Amino acid sequence: MDDRRLELIIGNLLRAGVLLAAAVVLFGGVLYLASHHADRVSYRHFSAGGDAIQSVGGVLQSAAHLDSEGLIQLGLLLLIATPVARVALAVVGFALEKDRLYAVVSLIVLLILAFSLWRAI
Amino acid sequence: MTALIFTSIVFALSAVAGFLGSLTGLGGGVVIVPALALALGVDIKYAIGASLVSVIATSSGAAAAYVREGFSNIRIGMLLEIATTLGAIAGAVLAAHVTTHVIAIVFGLVLVQAAYQSLFKAEPESTAIVESDVLGARLRLGSDYPVDGRRQRYGVRNVPTGFALMLGAGALSGLLGIGSGALKVIAMDRAMKIPFKVSTTTSNFMIGVTAAASAGVYLSRGYIDPRITMPVMLGVLAGAFLGTKVLVHARVRTLRIVFGVVVLALAIEMIVNGFAGRI
Repeated sequence: MDDRRLELIIGNLLRAGVLLAAAVVLFGGVLYLASHHADRVSYRHFSAGGDAIQSVGGVLQSAAHLDSEGLIQLGLLLLIATPVARVALAVVGFALEKDRLYAVVSLIVLLILAFSLWRAI
Repeated sequence: MTALIFTSIVFALSAVAGFLGSLTGLGGGVVIVPALALALGVDIKYAIGASLVSVIATSSGAAAAYVREGFSNIRIGMLLEIATTLGAIAGAVLAAHVTTHVIAIVFGLVLVQAAYQSLFKAEPESTAIVESDVLGARLRLGSDYPVDGRRQRYGVRNVPTGFALMLGAGALSGLLGIGSGALKVIAMDRAMKIPFKVSTTTSNFMIGVTAAASAGVYLSRGYIDPRITMPVMLGVLAGAFLGTKVLVHARVRTLRIVFGVVVLALAIEMIVNGFAGRI
């Protein structure tokens, strides 16, 4: 296993992740427009959208009920997860290469990402 | 405006942004926020949330292509991501504590830089420095990249300076919901003496991870609204995909000028509106 092969595998996984995320977002988007296309919308003033779109648990719950906005948000969560998965795979890859320094470096990045996503969970 | 009309307009704008961003290599994120805020009156917090998500989509989607070209350096990327992710969290937290006027003005200044780059800068010749300095060598950052069919070795220098600049690049990314690829390239290419091609592709690779760090903060604060982000993400992806297909035939020089003028106009609008308190 060399760097380049590892990177190619990761790159292809990332693209698959993006396509999956886009498919889920598209599905949710079609459902959303099917029932809300005539709604009047204005986003001039920011107001937080509530737990159903602001926390991982809330998103999973509303997506499970096939709520259109929950499904879109689930797709967006999948998308956000792709770079996180990339870093996690790099930790494993460097460990397999017995490159201790960069396994630790990747692990630090992973911990920072986990910290950031923590409040959303 | 009805939801259907809003979604259609945002999708079209995002597709154009993704298309131009991919053709010019400047990324689409930088024009999404002003387009949403100025043209459609979307609150800038929603706009940066939607833009940030689209940045992850284009970065992750293009990763495999960049690796195949053999330019990006995962060790450099991973090491500097410690700085960009920490900066990104700080920037995202800051976004909640400064007024939207400030965000608009800072955004305008970043746009001025992007316009300048699009209008005047040619891609510099890549000149590799073969020897790393002590820290660069100890961190094993040097590698090689393809030049005219052969592998050219390069070394890496000034790691602490590059690391500090990356903290700033991360903070801007988290504050404005953009990839801040330009600043990442400057940190690697100018400060660390990494060849330009390696810098740009490694930067693209880092953008998604940086954005993911602020995405957690954005999500929990409600900046990522599904009704706005859906057409932005799908539009940018569609546009960027189309951009990679026509790259060979397009007159990139002309496009860069068009893009630069558009970005400059957006920059002025953002700054004026920011000072006038309308954003």
